[in-house]
Formats: sequence, structure tokens, C-alpha cells
Amino acid sequence: MGNVVQRQTRGALRFQLFRKMAGLELLSDQGYRLDGRKATELRKFQARMGVFAQADGSAYLEQGNTKALAVVYGPHEVRGARSRIRHDRAVINCQYSMATFSTAERKRRPHGDRKSTEMSLHLKQTFEAAVMTQLYPRSQIDIYVKILQSDGGNYSVCVNAATLAVIDAGIPMRDYVCACTVGFVDETPLADLCYAEEGGGVSSLALALLPRGGQIALLQMDARLHQDHLEALIEAAMTACKGVSKVLDQVVRQHLQEASVPSAE
Amino acid sequence: MLKSKTFVKKTRSGGVMKIVREHYLRDDIWCGSEVCTECKQESTALQRDPCLESNLCSYPHYVIPDTNVVLHQIDVLEDQVIRNVIILQTVLAEVRHRSAPIYKRLKDIVHEKEKNFYTFTNEHHRETFIEREPGESANDRNDRAIRVAAKWYSEHLKKSESDTGPLKVVLLTNDQGNKQKAEESGLLVYKCEEYIKSLIGNPELVDRLALSNDDKNDITSSKVLFPEHLPLSRIQAGLKNGTFLQGTFRASRDNYLEATVFVQGEGEESTEVLIQGLQNLNRSVYQDVVAVQLLPRDQWVAPSSVVLQDEGAAKDDNEEEGEEEKELRVSAAEAARKPTGRVVGIIKRNWRPFCGMLNASIIKGSTRHLFTPADRRIPRIRIETRQADALAGQRIMVAIDGWPKHSRYPNGHFVRSLGSAGDKETEQQVLLLEHDVPHQAFSQAVLSFLPTMPWEITPEVMVNREDLRSLTVCSVDPPGCTDIDDALHCRELDNGNLEVGVHIADVSHFIRPGNAMDKEAANRGTTVYLCGKRIDMVPELLSSNLCSLRSNVERLAFSCIWEINHEAEILKTRFTKSVIKSKASLTYAEAQMRIDDTTQTDDVTKNLRGLNKLAKILKKHRILKGALTLSSIEVRFHIDSETHDPIDLQTKELMETNSMVEEFMLLANISVAQKIFDEFPDCALLRKHPAPPPSNYDILLKAAKSKAVEIHTDSAKALADSLDVARVDGFPYFNTLLRILATRCMMQAVYFCSGMDSDFHHYGLASPIYTHFTSPIRRYADIIVHRLLAVAIAADKTYPDLMDKQKQSALSNNLNYRHKMSQYAQRASVAFHTQLFFKSRGILNEEGFVLFVRKNAIIVLIPKFGLEGTVFFDSKNKVVPKVVFDEEGPSLTVEQHTFHIFDRVMVTISLDASNIQHQKIRMSLIEPVVPGVSVSAPEIEPLAKKPRLDR
Ligand SMILES: [Zn+2]
Repeated sequence: MGNVVQRQTRGALRFQLFRKMAGLELLSDQGYRLDGRKATELRKFQARMGVFAQADGSAYLEQGNTKALAVVYGPHEVRGARSRIRHDRAVINCQYSMATFSTAERKRRPHGDRKSTEMSLHLKQTFEAAVMTQLYPRSQIDIYVKILQSDGGNYSVCVNAATLAVIDAGIPMRDYVCACTVGFVDETPLADLCYAEEGGGVSSLALALLPRGGQIALLQMDARLHQDHLEALIEAAMTACKGVSKVLDQVVRQHLQEASVPSAE
Repeated sequence: MLKSKTFVKKTRSGGVMKIVREHYLRDDIWCGSEVCTECKQESTALQRDPCLESNLCSYPHYVIPDTNVVLHQIDVLEDQVIRNVIILQTVLAEVRHRSAPIYKRLKDIVHEKEKNFYTFTNEHHRETFIEREPGESANDRNDRAIRVAAKWYSEHLKKSESDTGPLKVVLLTNDQGNKQKAEESGLLVYKCEEYIKSLIGNPELVDRLALSNDDKNDITSSKVLFPEHLPLSRIQAGLKNGTFLQGTFRASRDNYLEATVFVQGEGEESTEVLIQGLQNLNRSVYQDVVAVQLLPRDQWVAPSSVVLQDEGAAKDDNEEEGEEEKELRVSAAEAARKPTGRVVGIIKRNWRPFCGMLNASIIKGSTRHLFTPADRRIPRIRIETRQADALAGQRIMVAIDGWPKHSRYPNGHFVRSLGSAGDKETEQQVLLLEHDVPHQAFSQAVLSFLPTMPWEITPEVMVNREDLRSLTVCSVDPPGCTDIDDALHCRELDNGNLEVGVHIADVSHFIRPGNAMDKEAANRGTTVYLCGKRIDMVPELLSSNLCSLRSNVERLAFSCIWEINHEAEILKTRFTKSVIKSKASLTYAEAQMRIDDTTQTDDVTKNLRGLNKLAKILKKHRILKGALTLSSIEVRFHIDSETHDPIDLQTKELMETNSMVEEFMLLANISVAQKIFDEFPDCALLRKHPAPPPSNYDILLKAAKSKAVEIHTDSAKALADSLDVARVDGFPYFNTLLRILATRCMMQAVYFCSGMDSDFHHYGLASPIYTHFTSPIRRYADIIVHRLLAVAIAADKTYPDLMDKQKQSALSNNLNYRHKMSQYAQRASVAFHTQLFFKSRGILNEEGFVLFVRKNAIIVLIPKFGLEGTVFFDSKNKVVPKVVFDEEGPSLTVEQHTFHIFDRVMVTISLDASNIQHQKIRMSLIEPVVPGVSVSAPEIEPLAKKPRLDR
């Protein structure tokens, strides 16, 4: 099975979704997606930074109908087991959760279920690659992200929201970490998938990128995809991430402008 | 590129579960018209000068059909005359939702450049999107969206400059309310029928119009002939509480008043419900999914063995229930009665366009005619046409539009003409269409995946491939075979054992997974062989050249190589991709001659002798294990090379070499099946042949018993053994006849995916596992098996669909369907050529044997021609003789004479061309002489010097 990129863990789940959603035409012959976007277009972004005064950094991000809140504490002393202390860098602690009302079906989401744990781990890996942790030895940075409303691309929106929150906290990063979920339909890569597309039997891939250097912070994929398509899909994801980075940059600049006005008074 | 800022965002919600979806509206969706200067479009579909000339609208215009017009009048839209049409996204989405086949046809039209169809994405256009208003139904909302889009177009095009005045749009709808509202808002709107009728110079287009609801009333009387169909909601309730059963409607081929509904129960269980009489059949058409209600037990009946055709002039709708119907109600023995029911509603129609012929109405100048489909299971259809005279004697296609409850026949419309009946080309077309055989020329997309010529073996090709060019390989095939997919070799090893290799064309090297050529081959499933014509599964360059293992050229192969000792025991098996160079392409007869001719001692001949010796031992082993050797007579036509008409007919002769090749192919298939199943227990594509249920053998047992021969059917081996010893003195042909009957008892062998089934047994071959590996040029299953085997030996890469058991299961179903249909098509083609043959030969007197006994007929087999025909005893225009049918025998007593199975009879064979659509071979009895029934032997007409048919 050398040439197929895959991970079996969520195969069964994917398959069920596929069965349920089969029958949607994800990309029309005219090149429009279900919601009217073209293949490479991102959803509408809306963002605010510094939404909580108590936290060291915070941000609220809407990417289409997926809405996330990110809060950052730190850097501060390492809490809990002393064995977690790293003498050369800060440790990053991430926690991902979903609000009970975030999906169409209301359900109680206990802390630490398998999906959240996995997502937390992915976020941790992403930010360890981006935050300049060596500047804060023996300390800890906490990143909490909550999905308030879910409509596809949860991981990517969390990364983007957390990036804004980390910047708000004034913690230095190598670059913005920008993430985007892309999928493959009829030989065409679709950028920034919404929920209906994610469930529509698309082989999707989530990629977090440091756009300036072009380094990949994390690449995650649960579905099967032919090897030949992988490169094109990653290429599309990187282009999309660069698009995200432009938007985030605008948000940050606007926030700084707004923040600097009262202090100048 | 981020464009979201320019969009207005709307959300829509609905359903019990609140689903919120984004809906972006855009201002960069263009109108697609050549005249427009405002839109920044790169290409346009709609022409500057739309060439639709209508006397209703004399100005240049585009047409916008609504959903129902597309759904009902797709045949009209497909016509070359109809061009410059705007298909709205709203319409496209509704069509997609309502009918998958029509959606596909619509998309095909849109893709055709010459049709100038344009799809306008109105639901995402800022100016044409509308929201559903409170209290508005989804249908009304869509109708309004269509009107808004039409309005937008007419305003938009007003701005454009044109020499002939501004372009207009015409909305076509058959909905009265919609039409009225459109008129109120100032749109140009017509009913589809009135618009099509107004088109200048295209009278035949009117025939292709489907009848709408309004028209039906004046066609038929008001008298209700059929019970009302129940609405779907009541059917569903009935299915739930068990008062109704759901099943597929299967009309009887022989009796238009009888049908069965096949009800698939839980798991393997299934039942059949018998339906008799027009009222109970209640307008069901073959293959419809229907709901049936069982009748009380005392009204159950037995299936009649009467042959009844719906013939003659159109029956009046008011006519009282026919005599024929009463004929059915003969009291049957209690035991023979079957669950009987009536159709209460239709769950899903499965109508397709049907091939057939027009029975022109006797009334001069009438435009209403009856159409008789070629498939006897389809009822006659009433159509309206003005070209009846031109269509007489032609094969045409007709689609059903509906079947109102006060009409004796369904209503339909003319689709297209295929050519004159009896013409070889036309008939071939008909039988391909009727058997759903894809037979169009390969598309450019498919051909683009062919290798470029001249093709040669490059070093890259040799990776993972063994060089076997030095081996003495040869192929043995029927004469005239150009798609040679197997070749063999045999040589002695140093240790005294033998090495035998089966080399199969490496088709999967050329056909790569998922490309257009692969998809086309997967859909076709198999090459279809008709008399004098072959419909290839893969393009000819592959089938007859690059993949054909011809002699003296280098070809790629997939080899299965065994080490075998002289007792034909397999010691080692290995598989490898290879390159071979065959030394000889032989026919069965040539190979046989070489083996028999002791003076020949060349390598090829020695090879053949070695193979032949081993094959005999292998066959003996196989038969000892209980493999069946059954009979069916295959016919070969000698075709005149000039006229392509059959000039002679001969049953295929089997030689030792046939069985030699077959033995090694079986061995290769079994070895490969075992290998791919070991490697991929979940997704191996295998072939099984289920054991027949005991009741299938009834007719065989009864027949054998009548000759005091005992047949055991407990196992394949028992059956094979008892068939071997079944002999009747002075009747040498008895054993063959018995085997022919046994063949009829068998089940169909099928492909399946190993992960979806647990029973792998192949009954006929007595093998625990089996697959198809040896004919990848002409069977798609073999290509998949090649791919699996290639992955198993690491000679090729895998791909996701190959490992997906659901997908593979779906593929098997298609392959099984295509195989079945290709067999039927083949039989139909043989039948047609047999008719041509008898047409040229005139009347013949031949010896035959009774194969089956029916209530009013005997079925006779003529061994000389492998021809089966029916001798009827109740011809309509003759005095019906006294006929007594005994089911137990089974025997049929006509006047004084009793017919049993296996009786020898003399018959005269002639072609009955009275019904041009169903020309048939007519057989009449000469011997035994039964007064009033048998005929005297007619003089055989001398054979014309050069038989030539009118073409
Ligand atoms: Zn325009």
C-alpha cells in the first residue's frame, strides 16, 4: 500500500459520513461550490483581538460559520509536575474544546474525549513549531481554544484564532501560523472546506504553514488519497494558507491602529 | 484570492435539526450571451443570432424552460433544432433531485457545444437570488426564482446592441399558475407544446413531444378501466403494517395478461407473487417497483402455460373484458396454486425508451397509432404521429409518458427512427439497445489514453518483468481470432519435471486505474460477440494489436508458471510479469493436426504433445472430483464474405485441443484465485457458481424417469456420475439431450467480492475457489484480478478503489449484469441470423427431439442446427385439436398421440415473416402423423445457385 497516503483510525467514521451525504454535487460544472464560492476562494473572515482583559492574550475569529475563541496565558511558571520543566525552552499547553451548542445536534462534550485530546495535541505541535519557545526557558504558555460554532475546518480556525491570541499576548513567533483545510473533488482542490463539503466524501487535508519561509508546521490527513494528487493538494493548501496570512495580517494591523489611538490621547 | 468582501452573506435554515449554511451571492456571474458587452466573460455559449424560428415569436430570442418542461420534454430538448437555451441552476438542481437519468441527459446536452446551452447560476447571483417567503412552498419559491431570473435576463439583454433589435427571452412552462404570474410581470411565456408547434419547418419535432396531462383526456374515453393507484403515503403505511408487499414487476414474455412480482424478503428469502388479468396488473410495466396486495387464499390461481400475445387492432377502451382473459381462469389443482395478488400502487417507474415498430391505425389520416415494442414484456404504447406512413416498416424508439386509468394502453411519444426493419444494421442496433450494450465508438477522451505508435519495449517497461522471449510459447484459438489473450509453453526441466506456463496478455499494463479508458472498460464490462460483429471492451489498437499475443512479435504478458511432475501434480506455482515472443498462433484444428502427425518433431509440436498429455490427466482428476461436463449446442455461421449473409450453419465441433487449452486456463484461474484470496481476503474479486436448489432438477428427474433412467442430484459428483451412465439402447443422442436439460437446471455463475460473501464454491467446476484471470482483453473482471495479482507480487502499485470492498461489490454487480445482457444479445443475434439463413434456404424437413412439453405446445430441438422451436397445437385460425396436458409425465396428448420428452419427431422448418417485428422460425409436425394436426412433408425447394438476400 506504499503509494496511498492514509490513516485508518477514522476510516469508518468517514465512510458513514460519505454514505449519508452522497448525493450532493460539491462542484458544479460552472465551477461553483455548494455555498457559491469558487474552488480557491476562502470563506468570509471576521476577527477581533483582545476580547478578554483578564487574559494575557485573546482573540475571536469567525471563518464563515465556524466560530472560535482563543485565550492565551503566559509565559508563566510551570504548574504541576516539575518534571515537565524544560531548561532550554518554554512548554506549550494546549486545550481544545467544543461548546455543547456548537453543532446542529446538541450534545454534551466531556472534557478529554478522544477527538479533543487529539486536536489539543495537534495544536500543541503546531505552536511548538511557531512560538519562539527558547526565549522563555523553564516556563509555560497556555493556549485554550473553544469552538463556539462548528461548520467545518475546526482545526484550521482554531490555529488561526490562536495565532491572533498569541500575537495579542505579545509572545514572539517565527511567523503567523496559518492553517487551512483543503479537499479534492473531481481533480480540483477546494480551499477552506465547510461542513457539508467535509462530510461529502472529499479526501481532505489540514495544513498549518509558516508562510514567509514556507515551512509546514503540521499536516494532517485522515482520508485516502492517491499519491499523484498529494502534491497538488498540498500546493493548493499552501496557497490558501498564504491567503489566510494576508487576512490575519490585516486584522493585526487594524487592531494595532485601534489600540494605539487611545494611548496617543 | 479573497473575494468574500464583495459578497452579501445569507444564511438559510430549515428542517427539524437547525442547519445553517452559508450562501454567498456574487456579482461576477455572467449572462453567457455573445451580444452582451457588459459582462466580462471569457467564453459565451448563447449565440448572437439564435436560429429558432417560430411564428409565435418572430423576434430573435433565447428559451428558458422550467423544471417540468425539462423533465417531460427532454426528447425535444435533445433535438438538434433546439438551440440557445438557458438552463437555470434552480431547474438543474430540481431535475437532479427528481430524475438521475434525465439529469445526465441534460448535462450531456449542456456539454455539447453545438447546442449552445448555457447554465446560469442564478441562485448565487446577487440580483436573481430570492429568499423563500413565509408560507411559500418550496415549489412556488422555485417557480418564482425562475421568473425572477427570466425577468433579469430580459432586462439585461435590453441593454445590448443588436442589429435585429434587442434579444428577448421566452419562458416555457406548462403550469397554468406560473404562466399567469409570468405574464403579469411582463414576461414572454408560452406552453411548451404551443411553442414547439409554432417552430417553422420542423413538423417531426411535434411527434417527439411527450403528452401532457391535459391532452390525455381527449384521447381516451372517460370510462375508468383500471383501479386508482394508491398515493405513496398509503403505500408506505401498508408496507409497514404488512398489508402490502413491495417488489419488482416482471411481466411474462409469453402471456401479456400474466406477471410475477418478485419480493425480496429479509436476507436470502424471496417470494414471488403471481398477478393475472389486466385489472390486477393495473398498468404496471416490466421492471417497475410496485406495491402488491395478496388476494384471499381461495382466489389464488396457478400460472397458466398458455401462450397469449396482445395482437391485432387497437382494442377499444370500452371493450368488455376479452375472451382471452377468461381463458386464463381454468381451475387448477390445489397444489399448483401460487400466492396471487393485485397491484395497488407504483413505487417507482422504470421506464426507458423502447425499440419496436408502429402498427399504423386502420383509419386513414389518423394520427393516433399503436406501437408494439420488440420486447414482449412491454405493453403496446399509443403514440401520436403525423409521419405514420414514413415510419411503417421502420424500427423506431418510443418513450412512455404516462398511463391514465381510463386508457387501455400507456401513452407515449416518438423518439427516433433506427432504420428499416429486417435490415441487418438496424436489427443489430435494436438488439444492442434492447440489451443495454454500450456500443458507441470510443470517445476521444478514451482514445487519448492509448499508447503512441510505434510502440516498443523500453527499459522502464522491463522493470519488475522477466524476459521469457526465448521460451517456445504458442497460442491455440478458434479460427479468425484476432484478440489472442492466452499462450502456453511446456518444457522439461533438468530434474525431470515439467515446467508449464500460461501467459496472459498484460492488459492492465496499458489500462491504468481511473482514467477514461479504464472507466469505459469497467462500464462495458465485457466484449460482446455477435454473429459477424464484435463490440470491443477496449479500443482495437489494444484488443487486436498491442495486447494480442500474436506470433513472432514481442508482447507483454502476465505469466503463471508451474512446476509439474509427470502425474500432473503441481509442485510449485509462481507468477510474474513477463515479455514473451510467441512462436506460433494456431487454430484448434492446426494444433490437433500437429499432435496427431507423428512425423512432426519441432519444438512447438513437442510442446503441444506435452501439454496435451498433462491436460488429459488434469481433466481426469477434475472429473473424479465431481466437475460437470454439460452440453449446449453452439452454432457457427459461415458468413458470405461479400454480402455478410449466413450461407451455412454448423454446430461447433469440439476437439481435444479445445479441452487442452481449457484445462490450463482453469488451472491458472484457480491458482490465481487462491493467491489473490490469500493476499487480500477482503477484496479479492472471485467467481462462484452456487449449487442449484433441488427443485430446479424437477424437470430433469421427470424426464429421466420417463426413460427409466435414474439421476442423482445430491452433489455435483453424484450428478456427473449418474449422467455418465445414463444410456438408452438405440438412442445414442439421449445422453446429450439429458445434459442439455441438466444445463438448464443450473444457476448462473457470478462475480463477487470475497469480503462480502462466505460461500465461494464453484459447483460446475467442483472447485472451492475460482476467478477469471485468462481473458483480460475481453473481460473487465480479469483486469481487476490482474491488478490484484500484480500488487500481491509487488509488480505494480495499488489504488484505493481496488481495496474498497463496497466499490468492488458494486463493480461485480455491473459485471454480472453486463455478462448476462451480452449472453442474451448473443443469443438474439444467433436467432436473427438463423432466421436469415432459413429465409435463404426456404423450407427444410429435419429430425428433432422433444425437449419440453407445454400445455399447448411442444418444444423441439433440431440437433443439426442446434435450433430450438415451438410446435403449437392451437393455432388461432385452425380448428383446435383436443389437447390433454399431464403435468406429472410431463406429457401432452394431442388427439390420439401422446408426446413425451425425448420423443423423436420430424418437423418442417420455415420462416414465418408474417409479423415483421417478430419473425420467427415456424415448425410444423410431419411425423408422427396426427390427423388434423400434422402436415404432409412439403417439397424441399432446390437451393438457389447463389443465395442472395434482398438487403
Ligand atoms: Zn451580460
